[in-house]
Amino acid sequence: MFEVIFLQFLNGLDKGAAYALIALGLTLVFGTLGVVNFAHGALFMLGAFCAVMFRQFLTLETVTIDPTQLSPWGAPLEIREPLVQAWFGDFGAILVNYSVPASILITIPIMLLIGIALERGIIKHFYKRPHAEQILVTFGLAIVAQEVIKSIFGPNPIPQPMPTDLRGAADIGAWLGMQANVITYPLWRMIYFLFSAVVIGGVFAFLQFTTFGMVVRAGMADRETVGLLGINIDRRFTIMFGLASVVAGMAGVMYTPLLPPNYHLGMDFLVLSFVVVVVGGMGSLPGAVAAGFLLGILQSFASMTQIKAFFPGIDQIIIYLVAVIILLVRPRGLLGRRGVMES
Amino acid sequence: MANFMSRNDLFLFLGFTIVVLAMPIWLAPFGAGYPDLLQRFMIYGIFAVGFNILFGLTGYLSFGHAAFFGVGSYAAVWSFKLLTLDAIPAMIFAVVISGLFALIIGFLSLRRSGIYFSILTLAFAQMSYNLAYSVLTPITNGETGLQLTLSDARVLDAAMGQTLVGQPVPTLLGQQLSGYAGFYLCAGFLILSFFIAQRVSGSPFGMMLKSIKSNQTRMQFTGFNTRPYALSAFVISGMYAGLAGALLAVTDPLAGAERMQWTASGEVVLMTILGGVGTLVGPVIGAWLIKYFENILSALNDQILANFWSFLPEGAADLMVQVTGKFVGDGWFLTLGLVFVLVVVFLPGGVMEGVRRIAATLKRSGTPDSKSRQTQPAE
Amino acid sequence: MTLLKRGLSRRRVLQTGMAGIIGTGVAPMIFTKGAWAQEFCNNPTGDTVTIGLNLPLTGAYAEEGADELKAYELAIAHLNGEGDGGLMNVLTPSALTGNGILGKKVGYVSSDSQTKSDVARAGATRMIERDGAIMITGGSSSGEAVAVQSLCQEMGVIFMAGLTHSNDTTGKDKRRYGFRHFFNAYQSGTALGPVLSNAYGNDRRAYHLTADYTWGWTQEESIKNTTEALGWETVEAVRTPLGAGDFSQFLTPVLNSGADVLILNHYGNDMVNSLTQAVQFGMRDRQANGKDFQIVVPLFSELMAKGAGENIKGIYGTSNWHWNLQDAGSVAFTKSFGAAYGSPPSQAAHTCYVQTLLYADAVERAGTFYPPEVIKAMEGHEFDGMGNGRTLYRAEDHQCMKSVLVVQGNDAPTSEYDVLNVVQEVDRETVNYDPSIFGGELGPAEPVPVCA
Repeated sequence: MFEVIFLQFLNGLDKGAAYALIALGLTLVFGTLGVVNFAHGALFMLGAFCAVMFRQFLTLETVTIDPTQLSPWGAPLEIREPLVQAWFGDFGAILVNYSVPASILITIPIMLLIGIALERGIIKHFYKRPHAEQILVTFGLAIVAQEVIKSIFGPNPIPQPMPTDLRGAADIGAWLGMQANVITYPLWRMIYFLFSAVVIGGVFAFLQFTTFGMVVRAGMADRETVGLLGINIDRRFTIMFGLASVVAGMAGVMYTPLLPPNYHLGMDFLVLSFVVVVVGGMGSLPGAVAAGFLLGILQSFASMTQIKAFFPGIDQIIIYLVAVIILLVRPRGLLGRRGVMES
Repeated sequence: MANFMSRNDLFLFLGFTIVVLAMPIWLAPFGAGYPDLLQRFMIYGIFAVGFNILFGLTGYLSFGHAAFFGVGSYAAVWSFKLLTLDAIPAMIFAVVISGLFALIIGFLSLRRSGIYFSILTLAFAQMSYNLAYSVLTPITNGETGLQLTLSDARVLDAAMGQTLVGQPVPTLLGQQLSGYAGFYLCAGFLILSFFIAQRVSGSPFGMMLKSIKSNQTRMQFTGFNTRPYALSAFVISGMYAGLAGALLAVTDPLAGAERMQWTASGEVVLMTILGGVGTLVGPVIGAWLIKYFENILSALNDQILANFWSFLPEGAADLMVQVTGKFVGDGWFLTLGLVFVLVVVFLPGGVMEGVRRIAATLKRSGTPDSKSRQTQPAE
Repeated sequence: MTLLKRGLSRRRVLQTGMAGIIGTGVAPMIFTKGAWAQEFCNNPTGDTVTIGLNLPLTGAYAEEGADELKAYELAIAHLNGEGDGGLMNVLTPSALTGNGILGKKVGYVSSDSQTKSDVARAGATRMIERDGAIMITGGSSSGEAVAVQSLCQEMGVIFMAGLTHSNDTTGKDKRRYGFRHFFNAYQSGTALGPVLSNAYGNDRRAYHLTADYTWGWTQEESIKNTTEALGWETVEAVRTPLGAGDFSQFLTPVLNSGADVLILNHYGNDMVNSLTQAVQFGMRDRQANGKDFQIVVPLFSELMAKGAGENIKGIYGTSNWHWNLQDAGSVAFTKSFGAAYGSPPSQAAHTCYVQTLLYADAVERAGTFYPPEVIKAMEGHEFDGMGNGRTLYRAEDHQCMKSVLVVQGNDAPTSEYDVLNVVQEVDRETVNYDPSIFGGELGPAEPVPVCA
């Protein structure tokens, strides 16, 4: 029984890592800019498609048609020559193999640009407007983003293979000095968990230890006073929106080998991530992270047959149920402050 | 408010009635004059009018209204299965059940406000949807959707000695409700719903709801408990949704879980905003626009586009087919998204604000009339 | 917009007017059905006949939907005498002329069903009411098929189901106006049993992950019955939410459950995800109970197999049809489809293509579009040459009885489409069953309801 529970806990951490990452970005935007961003799921999806785009670029092929030969289904035979391998040889092959982690390098600037453009172009005009309108405009933007992706990449999921060396399961039990082949867990999922831990730690360190972060934290607490001190808080907020986009995008990139992305990915995560943020308490960064892991672990345990035998269908509703209970019992979420988002 | 209805209200109501009843005629040239779409115009019109009573008047943004819509559908179909194929008991049953459901969810959700309220309603609706799709299959028939069969009990019909040949379909006092008969039934209910909404919004109760929107804190400081008012609005709009769901089941007796999904809740939000939140006619117009474009834009394919652009030279025509093709067919949602963003950014009052602005411009350029039109028609 | 308009017929105007009067409760009850004795829904009076394609172009089964659309376009071209004629040349017996249906040119309208029952029904209604479709066909899920089938019964329009695998479609939810060419979960179980026994022996412990909706349940039940009859033990059958995306929380408990076979009752993207993730969990490199751990996917499609990539290698499942079969019909269809679209057809494309031809053939044999006559022509009709051997459209439940393929993921694919190998063609007698075991009632064909 121990190994079953341990594995389920591990699985909860791994699911929670994704939730926490998405909720973190959402909270950054809300906490600093005071904007409820329904387009955050779309940013996660756009990040995933950066990986797709990068891989499609790396796997470009020259296609020559040989009309003298026919394929078994009667079309002229196509001979495909991968370009990157042709140009770069082995290095090209390695690059293709590691395309998912490598695409983080292009994701960061792309997502930063998208984030800044969004903030300057549209979000900026909504700081003073009611939260309901912020929700609506970002919801509309999310629809536009997903439909644009659909018309470029089609409606079907596009699988992103993980690097060959990182496939399969790691024998965690053996690492910890237990019996071999009892506690095994997919290697990439472990990497995802570590990755999210690093990103979360990085964001916290950035806010805690840099002057920039200090000003932003001050701005979160009292925007007007910081403005009066002559600090250009707006520019910093733009950068914060870009940063949140980057966090969402990176979370999306690393998730692609686990779940082939399609245009709808963002909407699937949107509802979930809002529930996470609200459970954590609107505007609280530690709350978002804690709630992400908490809900991941609860969801994982609720999916066990032993639990489902007592509560049929609990795995389908656990996240929402927890959200309802927490909101009714602790109105401001786990770690939320008073007076946030209540009018 | 001495007389029963002010002149403006009466004109609005009569105009609305005429426009609705004449729809099969004036919509035919737009390719929308067929009963199924007309029924949907009516049904989603009712849904949006009801949603507006909550969102438009009190400002509470619910993201879970599709749940009441779905509950209404299920209740109606169960009434067809167990009691009788007549539509009247089904609709009463549906409105009562969805009202009760709204009472419970509203009672819990209204303990919070702002986005917390939105998330609570969203969570309740998603739970309903997920359960309806899976564990509750004995009640909802899950993915397949709840439908009528020959072997259903239909206690009342059996007691009246009625037997059936063929696929059972709902009736109203013996009259079948598919096609235009169904449309006129739904139209009647839309007009009734509109009338009730008009009365509500002009009544002291409506004023109370509007003051919740404008300043709840101040209301509470004066020692006034706003929650019963908000809850009433929530239940009323839940019953509207239930009625709409029941009508959808009356005209097409199948209830599927998908109509409870959160995207369906999102759709009614889009309708209300697009048409003009807080106005009486706006939500209905929003519902019509979205349903129209959903049915018409999504049915356009490359062949039709090629015909449309055929007056251009060949290269340009192909290009235009390519470009416009992205916005119609299964890409119509992109068009909707873009329009929606533009509306929220530039025209927060929706189509109705656009109409008002145009009217104001015309008035300014025309005769210097009085400013009487500036006041809300409902006041 | 005038392009979209179908013009008001005189009957339609009359109906509109009358229904208006009745709807407002003024008219006496003289309006009964059957007032037009020989009229029926969308009786084609011009020189064209329209069929309505209800296809999932978005949603979980979008890939199937796109392939189905290609198949319909091809079938319609062939019926109109364009292209190489495809399967029209090999269907026996055949009443097809290559000059449309009953001399009327075939056209189509389509609707995106989004893989949702509600939307599918609305789309079908639109195509019947506005576009005048004489027959509705397509779909890629059983929920859609059952929902649209009962609508068509109400409207008096024939429905030729596309891909639907649930036992219910021709079982408890069967309808007089609905016909299914595709096989079902029960037949999958019967066909798969002996192959599984051969490959993995009779002493196995199976763990099911099942999509939590009707199709998943019927397949789980059918496969469980089969494997338990072999002597396998069922350790656990776990229901997973449809479209869960990440199945890891359901896969983790499999590892130490004592099971040595994982059976995935998933389809579409769910199957691609759950299989890929199961392989990431190392399940194919695992040992359990001293045996190699195995995965079985009872219903395969080559489109899913393509999506799952190399994870599919060596995995057993069943299919309705596969393009590298070597009979004349399969070869002809693959050639014809490949030449038109540059890729081989999927089983979804095949079943939709065949359904279109079978409908046209039945109309030709009946000599009329009048649905009850067409139904009679189809019921009990036996034919050959469509790639599945001799096939019977069973009168009792409108299920096509034909051979079923057991397939296995290809270990050494020669192209991206060469993903499955046919292991065995299980003949029609073996997968035969008594239609009464699933209950249901077809209902009457007449009186024909007249749609609006």
